[in-house]
Amino acid sequence: MTDGRTVGRSDGTRREFLMALGAVFLSVGQTVQQSDRQTAGRVYDPQRAGRGQTPITPVDNDAGIQAVEKKLRCSCGCGLDIYTCRTTDFQCTYSPALHKDVLRLAGQGKTAQQIIDEFVKQYGEAALMAPPKRGFNLAGYFVPSIAIIIAGFFLVRALRRWTREAAAAPAQALGPNATPAELERLRRELDRLDA
Amino acid sequence: MSLLGHLSLWLAFLVGLWGAITGFAGGVQQRRDLQQSARHATFALFGALVVAVVSLEIAIFRHDFSLEYVAAYTSRNLPTFYLWSALYAGQKGSLLFWATVLSLFASLAQLLTSPRHREYLPYVAAVTCAVAAFFISVMLFAANPFERLGFMPMDGRGMNPQLQNPGMVFHPPMLYLGYISITIPFAFAIAALLTKKLDSEWLVAVRKWTLVSWLFLSIGLLIGMWWAYVELGWGGYWAWDPVENAALLPWLVMTAFLHSVMIQEKRGMLKKWNLALILGAWLLSIFGTFITRSGVIASVHSFTQSSVGYFFLGFLVLAAVASFTLYVTRLPLLQAEATLESMVSREASFLFNNLLLIGIAFSVLWGTLFPILSEAIKGTKITVGPPFFNQVNVPLGLALLAMTGIGPLIAWRRASLPNLRRQFAVPLTSCGFALLLLLLAGMRDIGALIAFSIGGFVLATIVQEFARGARARHRQYGEPVILALVQLLSRNRRRYGGYIVHVAIVLLFVAFAGMAFKTETQATLRPGETATLQGPDGYTYSFTHLGISQYNSLNREITAALVDVRRNGKVIGRLRTEKRQHVDAFRNPTFEPSTEVGIMSGLRVDLYVVLAGLVNGTEQAVFRFTINPLVWWVWFGGLVLVVGGLIVLWPGGGVPPGTGPRSPRQAGYAVKLEAER
Repeated sequence: MTDGRTVGRSDGTRREFLMALGAVFLSVGQTVQQSDRQTAGRVYDPQRAGRGQTPITPVDNDAGIQAVEKKLRCSCGCGLDIYTCRTTDFQCTYSPALHKDVLRLAGQGKTAQQIIDEFVKQYGEAALMAPPKRGFNLAGYFVPSIAIIIAGFFLVRALRRWTREAAAAPAQALGPNATPAELERLRRELDRLDA
Repeated sequence: MSLLGHLSLWLAFLVGLWGAITGFAGGVQQRRDLQQSARHATFALFGALVVAVVSLEIAIFRHDFSLEYVAAYTSRNLPTFYLWSALYAGQKGSLLFWATVLSLFASLAQLLTSPRHREYLPYVAAVTCAVAAFFISVMLFAANPFERLGFMPMDGRGMNPQLQNPGMVFHPPMLYLGYISITIPFAFAIAALLTKKLDSEWLVAVRKWTLVSWLFLSIGLLIGMWWAYVELGWGGYWAWDPVENAALLPWLVMTAFLHSVMIQEKRGMLKKWNLALILGAWLLSIFGTFITRSGVIASVHSFTQSSVGYFFLGFLVLAAVASFTLYVTRLPLLQAEATLESMVSREASFLFNNLLLIGIAFSVLWGTLFPILSEAIKGTKITVGPPFFNQVNVPLGLALLAMTGIGPLIAWRRASLPNLRRQFAVPLTSCGFALLLLLLAGMRDIGALIAFSIGGFVLATIVQEFARGARARHRQYGEPVILALVQLLSRNRRRYGGYIVHVAIVLLFVAFAGMAFKTETQATLRPGETATLQGPDGYTYSFTHLGISQYNSLNREITAALVDVRRNGKVIGRLRTEKRQHVDAFRNPTFEPSTEVGIMSGLRVDLYVVLAGLVNGTEQAVFRFTINPLVWWVWFGGLVLVVGGLIVLWPGGGVPPGTGPRSPRQAGYAVKLEAER
């Protein structure tokens, strides 16, 4: 299925190839760390590798920046937060731009909340991954809990009513002609099974 | 072939209408000829739709790009494996698949239903034919898979690269099978309402069908999670996307039904509730279809969005009004035959379990619809993402997990204090022991601590149930322990299969909680350079970039990065992660480049590597390295769940009390132990 036509640093000229060959001979027996100084050759067709990337900087891995970005929605329509979108398949063009905005605002000395507020000011509440807990949005957060509590209350009331009714009803479920001795024997058997 | 397919659709539509009319008329007028006609219409409907499916598959395999559907979802170089799945890769084909499977299930319901439930069958035929006719009408009037283009393109557009994954071959059909098969219990529920035969008989007819639906939905959801994990590259498996939520809703409702139905079978109670759950599950399946296909809510599943969603909205409203009206008119006939005797009883615990399941379903539905509600009321667009759903549903989920352990420990009818003490002693001790162990191990995440210790409680409950059952058999029949366990399982598949499903639920919850300890980093590496990452399992993982290779495959051009993986300096394997540029038969790019994740899966952690891209077209590459704890247990838990479900579903193994063909329904035990009061 594969033609395997190109592998690795394939774009080089003959001179580059000879230089690379020499480097291979020189590097024999050297440690892995020394290969860190190796330059990266060009690939055969960069286009097929997707959007070109810029090297990762320490701020890209900053937990504080990531925490802010996880609260903000990417505007590409994926429904993911900025951090997840920009690190999912790295093809989105929106999330890297939004990431730069976050970095710019952080660089201006803004706090996490101020950065989030800035995004809301610019893009509206839809920029947030979860609506802020105020006004009508409170219904979003509390209606399910309130509904469950109300349903639970009615369920407990119904259970109480049913149990009262059962207690008030004559003991019609008693077995026909069961003597106390037979009942006691049954109880012992059930206890033995339970144990 | 397309003409034959088109004609088959029309034939199926007319047959479906005929089946619906004759089914209802035959049921109302008690005319055997009409009832037979409806039954035959169901089989004919299936035959006509099979012809349509075969016609479309032939067009796909012959690369007949004059058909709009074939040109839109396939190409000449699409691997054969995915040519099969092209049938449901797009909106129109998936509607055809849906209608065909529905007609298959409708036919099976006619063939497999016991003769003692024969009086329901005309209405079952009517309902299934009516639903199938609706789906066919959507195809005929809005989304015809046999629609022709005015020209013949040289090649098709090809299939979305994300769908070219084995997970996507099985995920949609499994999910559809789950969705579709709910129509059968729904049809029986409508039949029971129409015939006014609302005792537990209809439940016997539908219990297995409900279990089939639940099992297919479970498998569909699990494969969908697996696909999202291995294909999408974001490192998770559940994102609370509206379409995911839509599939979860009927699953939750059916899970509630599978528990509450036991109370009706044993005690003749909850008749109204069980009927409402079945009607609700089916309506939610149609609601899910509307969400998936309308695009009314932003979703990552955008490949199936179109205007046909509004057909489903109309159908949903119509079906909801009709079902609700019928249900309300029959309420006086749905009186309980027994009453609850104690708040501390298995029945009450099932009711609280139902409250939580339906509560979770409601909160998921509410969160999914809240953006629409907010826009309608406030005029403000908002996003309701994972933070919202996690905040609302995690506590409910943990409470539900606890109920999974509490329920089996409480006796039917009434539990006495000594009995409770005896039952809860081992599980509660296990729960406390697990908590202590985790605290000593240094775990401080509250959510994970609660999940793991409740998991310990539930597992201890299940082990105790198996141990007691096996001991009883050993005492009574002298069977060795292993044989006693096997006999226990085979003699009471429903109960002990259910416990195995509970084990799966524990495994799933523990695995979900494990994601709280996920760690990740991004790095730019030249060949030979290494990135290290501390894993939550205490090991240090190092990833060495070995190099980039580029090569061609059948329908894609691949850029692959090879990464050497070490754990505490010791080589444990290599990972390959790719960027794929899909091309048509003329090597023209068809879609945006996609990512193939490199995954090394283990019992403790998954190592998950994504090739982000190259820097300046060189071998210097940007990677994301993620260590995901306990993900393997999600898939294993899923397998256990399916095994447990199959054990419950397997024929034989004892008939539920009160539902046997000759045994009269029992509304409680014959003897009440006064001493226990």
